[in-house]
Amino acid sequence: MSERKVAVLGVGMHPWGKWGKNFVEYGVAAARAALADAGIAWKDVQFVAGGDTIRNGYPGFIAGATVAQALGWSGAQVTSCYGACASGSQAVSVARAHILAGNCDVALVVGADTTPKGFFAPQAGERGTDPDWLRFRLLGATNPVYFALYARRRMALYGATDRDFAKVKVKNARHGLENPYARYRKLVTEEEVLASPMVSDPLRLLEICATSDGGAALVLTSMAYARKHATDPVTISAVSTVTPRYPSTVIEMPNFATDSAAAVPPPPVAFRDSITAAAYAQAGIGPEDVDVAEVYDLSSALELDWYENIGLCPAGDAEKLLNDGVTTIGGRVPVNPSGGLSCFGEAIPAQAIAQVCELTWQLRGQATGRQVERAKVGVTVNQGLFGHGSSVVVQR
Amino acid sequence: MKTKVSALDGWFDANPERPRLIGSRCGSCRSYFFPKETFACRNPSCGSAELADVALSATGTLWSYTDNHYQPPAPYVSPEPFVPYAIAAVELADEKMVVLGQVAHGVATADLKVGMRMELVAETLYSDDAKEYLVWKWTPAARSASPARSRS
Repeated sequence: MSERKVAVLGVGMHPWGKWGKNFVEYGVAAARAALADAGIAWKDVQFVAGGDTIRNGYPGFIAGATVAQALGWSGAQVTSCYGACASGSQAVSVARAHILAGNCDVALVVGADTTPKGFFAPQAGERGTDPDWLRFRLLGATNPVYFALYARRRMALYGATDRDFAKVKVKNARHGLENPYARYRKLVTEEEVLASPMVSDPLRLLEICATSDGGAALVLTSMAYARKHATDPVTISAVSTVTPRYPSTVIEMPNFATDSAAAVPPPPVAFRDSITAAAYAQAGIGPEDVDVAEVYDLSSALELDWYENIGLCPAGDAEKLLNDGVTTIGGRVPVNPSGGLSCFGEAIPAQAIAQVCELTWQLRGQATGRQVERAKVGVTVNQGLFGHGSSVVVQR
Repeated sequence: MKTKVSALDGWFDANPERPRLIGSRCGSCRSYFFPKETFACRNPSCGSAELADVALSATGTLWSYTDNHYQPPAPYVSPEPFVPYAIAAVELADEKMVVLGQVAHGVATADLKVGMRMELVAETLYSDDAKEYLVWKWTPAARSASPARSRS
């Protein structure tokens, strides 16, 4: 294949928060911001890819068309994508494929959500064959329960401590302090984290990602189009949307059990390790080339798992990486300079898109107050329940 | 006295003396599944439709654990007032799989340690006017009072 890259000509976000408005409003605001950033008129967009939300009725299931209609029908082709927390990268992936296939030159990717207060709950009704319903019914297994199982496992395997986990939150709070799109912009101390209420042992309230309203958008174009309209744009060189390989032996939301490794040995590369491995292979780079990363810190402890999963260090060394300041802005590979989910909370279909927005600003040198110096290569990683891997490599 | 029934038909044998999770096993590649697979083996190199019900091991090793300090949302049916409870992920040796379960009433995270031996018990999940609905739970094997519950 000749050209594997697409250009990111525009990025835009609606600030995260608990605004209580229709999700479409956030999506339109983000889309308009991305179009303005790109200097492209809405009517010149040929393809729209929306990340779906399942908590906002029918308009959320066809989010691409919903936002397109709100911007004014223009005849653009459209798709709407769902991949749980990875919905945004599913939309990026489809838009990129259409560009690389020559079906369009200019695509808009958009995701937005309005979330209810409190724990995410399953779809309503008596749903005796839906594992997402049954895990709440039989176990009361909320999302933080799964995050906490990973955290405790990390403590048992590698000697991670409550204080290590708290330090992740302290770092991300500092990173996100001046990010105008972040919902939580307040410094916290380790003591404050450790004094916050326990939610699911060992994870405390300040260490678990909140649910937020927000919207994010990208304008992606072919490299040919970009060469005529921009100078030295940020590019996307890889998108990974891989699924697990059987048998997947780490318990994942919303499952009751892992696959069995009794008859077939586990794959040499576990699912979470395979997500960015696939992206690196596409981009022709390795983890040693990465200057900055946005990872899915659904909990403070989970950020440490990601350091290892994306190849920043061997398994068991994440605490050292954190404590040595390697992943803090100013360190060798800053992680979550945006502040991460820790400062944003999760607006599901917007989140993977927001990760790309942040890395684009970082690579352009526009991340005021949180700039990673001389960043040329950035990677995102994210995971949606029911086996959705998500990773995007951006380069400049 | 209320009738005791499984909270979810087909998922486990709620016999209080000897509760067992009911999974399935592929007759061709011998893979196990929980909950049951009903139409095809999920091993991508197999895909056989020869699936038989099988009682899974009633003991295993604690892979990880946590608890709920806040009441989970519906459809969880919570006692009033809500009482925090633990949840365990237990690795079954023969099946080489990890299975989640609530931890038995009265066992806190402070009583748990990754790597310890756990066994299955049946306890009430919720009840209505006529019935008690039972669910499987994990408990430290040493706590078992009844030899009838022990490994088999």
